[in-house]
Amino acid sequence: MSALTDTPAVAGSSLREFLHGLPGVDQVGAEARAAMLASRSIKTTAKRWALDTAISMIDLTTLEGQDTPGKVRALCAKAKRPDPADPTAPKVAAVCVYPDLAHVAAAEVKGTGIHVASVATAFPSGRTSLDVKLADVKYAIGAGADEVDMVIDRGAFLAGRYQRVFDEIAAVREASAGTHLKVILETGELVTLDNVRRASWLAMLAGADFIKTSTGKVTPAATLPVTLVMLEAVRDYRAAHGRQVGVKPAGGIRAAKDAIRYLVLVNETVGEDWLDPRWFRIGASSLLNDLLMQRTRMATGRYSGPDYFTLD
Amino acid sequence: MGKLEYAPAPESRSIVSLRESYGLFIGGEFTPSVDGRAFKTISPATEEVLAEIAEAGPADVDRAVTAARQAYERTWAGLPAKERGKYLFRIARIVQERARELAVLESLDNGKPIRESRDVDIPLAAAHFFYHAGWADKLEYAGYGPAPRPLGVAGQVIPWNFPLLMLAWKIAPALACGNTVVLKPAETTPLTALVFAEICQQADLPAGVVNIVTGAGDTGRALVTHPGIDKVAFTGSTEVGKQIARDCATQPRKKVTLELGGKAANIVFEDAPVDQAVEGIVNGIFFNQGHVCCAGSRLLVQESVYSDVLAALRRRLGTLRLGDPLDKNTDVGAINSAAQLAKIRELSAVGEAEGAQRWSPPCELPVKGFWFPPTLFTGVTQAHRIAREEIFGPVLSVLTFRTPAEAVEKANNTPYGLSAGVWTDKGSLILWMSSRLRAGVVWANTFNKFDPSSPFGGYKESGYGREGGRHGLEAYLDV
Repeated sequence: MSALTDTPAVAGSSLREFLHGLPGVDQVGAEARAAMLASRSIKTTAKRWALDTAISMIDLTTLEGQDTPGKVRALCAKAKRPDPADPTAPKVAAVCVYPDLAHVAAAEVKGTGIHVASVATAFPSGRTSLDVKLADVKYAIGAGADEVDMVIDRGAFLAGRYQRVFDEIAAVREASAGTHLKVILETGELVTLDNVRRASWLAMLAGADFIKTSTGKVTPAATLPVTLVMLEAVRDYRAAHGRQVGVKPAGGIRAAKDAIRYLVLVNETVGEDWLDPRWFRIGASSLLNDLLMQRTRMATGRYSGPDYFTLD
Repeated sequence: MGKLEYAPAPESRSIVSLRESYGLFIGGEFTPSVDGRAFKTISPATEEVLAEIAEAGPADVDRAVTAARQAYERTWAGLPAKERGKYLFRIARIVQERARELAVLESLDNGKPIRESRDVDIPLAAAHFFYHAGWADKLEYAGYGPAPRPLGVAGQVIPWNFPLLMLAWKIAPALACGNTVVLKPAETTPLTALVFAEICQQADLPAGVVNIVTGAGDTGRALVTHPGIDKVAFTGSTEVGKQIARDCATQPRKKVTLELGGKAANIVFEDAPVDQAVEGIVNGIFFNQGHVCCAGSRLLVQESVYSDVLAALRRRLGTLRLGDPLDKNTDVGAINSAAQLAKIRELSAVGEAEGAQRWSPPCELPVKGFWFPPTLFTGVTQAHRIAREEIFGPVLSVLTFRTPAEAVEKANNTPYGLSAGVWTDKGSLILWMSSRLRAGVVWANTFNKFDPSSPFGGYKESGYGREGGRHGLEAYLDV
């Protein structure tokens, strides 16, 4: 027989008690709150500020099997100068790529202040051994990534093996020391908002710098209610532990209007402390052009067609 | 980075075309009052005069009741039920079509945020007409016998807190059941009722089926005591409700329903979903500036989570946006009248004098108009007046309890019994509580949610009779 501490019921039992002792989330209420905040009307000066802030919070992302060095170089050019016609458009926060292309991105954005984020730990499913995951992380960092977007083991989480999830995040945290660690909860697979809150706390306790909603490979990806619950978690975590953790909704945010809704959610849930690319990011690709189009519309009073904004 | 400061986002007033003066709506037409008396209705947010309104005296009320009686006898009661339903469906659709106009007008005249008039008042008013339109030709299946008959002419007096919605609660079931009505809107908020009169014209509703008489308390009294009225329906203060009950006691043929005040307990247990409970507390007492008869004005928090809930509540109150009711981002609008503001101030002063601790978030009040900041009182006990009397404003009294039994005892220890809220993750506790709470409505993990299919009404001094749902039909049928 294995040692008593190996059984899941005992190992990590205090962690389980803690996570299950967190106040519940009433889904109907959370959705109603998110919907109410989505009805805020952001106009004129506020809209201008929100569009530029949203651009500066983007992790401009390409995570496809067909990604090539050329594609990543084009993405980096876009990241550095989103609107070639308007140099006042802010640059994005980071580019986000697979580990094998991190070196390309790192070379392209060197000296610009744009971060290189790389997904790791067998993204997106996370279904491999811890050794492989850690090797993946080290490979990404070695290639020049200064931000690591890891995925949690959702299977372990849903099986109630919280300590295993915790240990894995802690191991990645150790392996990625000195870089910025974003922990992807993949909320579309956790499904309930109670799970989202528990996973958020679990990730923060294990050392996450950021908690991130989704890989973008699962539907639904980021939603307002899920992000609301994660924001409440980082707010409560800071109140309890004195450490501020960032939040990154990712996947499915394509319209400027949606991005502004996320900023309103941040503003009225955790306040201005988080209204900064250091504490709030948006994982997206096509969103950037819609933000730029709206930005141009604000400046000129006219909508211009997609042909006037660059692809990538 | 800077802050996200919301720029003003006012809903345009241009959709509303206000007339300088409005007459009474009697027999399908607008007419001046017999003695030519009139009063002004103002915007409580700016004190700007919006329009002059005819004041109905006893002779006008008599004209209106006569018109309603004629319409009842000559057209409405004899109309096939499905035809009545058609008119109600038509009215419901016009209310929807003119929703933005009605919302802007409601916010102008009442002071409530446009977000609420747009998202709650007007859609619910339309829903009440749709719902009751469906009942019109199905009354024989409502459980009141094979051919339930209408009562005749209904005299209806409504309050200023949800002007058009209360009108819908009154007129839709009355008409669906085959009655005709004379309705008196509140003197501070007559405008949407007068636009509703236009809607009745637009819908080709037979003349006299709906009559609107504007005025203050005297007009209302003339209406409910008029011998030609078969049914009295009143929503308003307990004080006036008692007077109506006394007046009608000498006219026993009148059926009476009263929906009066409340002092609802919103009960938060230690296992409640805290963030959503805080939203529910805020929605319970600051929705419509607390001008809600079923407002959750007493917060009962389990002592073990008191400090957590209070901290979260204070933080949340700090984000409430008070100001221009027509701004789409406003959460808390203006107090409806100078008189109501004086009453809120007086009771709040009593709360302080009796030793409760008063707190409001930093909040700049506009100079003109009637305003009161969202306010919390802690250290309140059952003996405090602010825990017993209806304030009808954005003032929350916070009390604590230790066990479910104590929560029930404290919640029920009030002369009122209109509504209550229970917040817990435990389903069995919700059922245990709701079977013991003496309140007409018990909300679980939500608050201030309304639906036309759900009956609403009170126990004790909150009145008698039910509005909405199958139960609400009974008040307008001879059963």
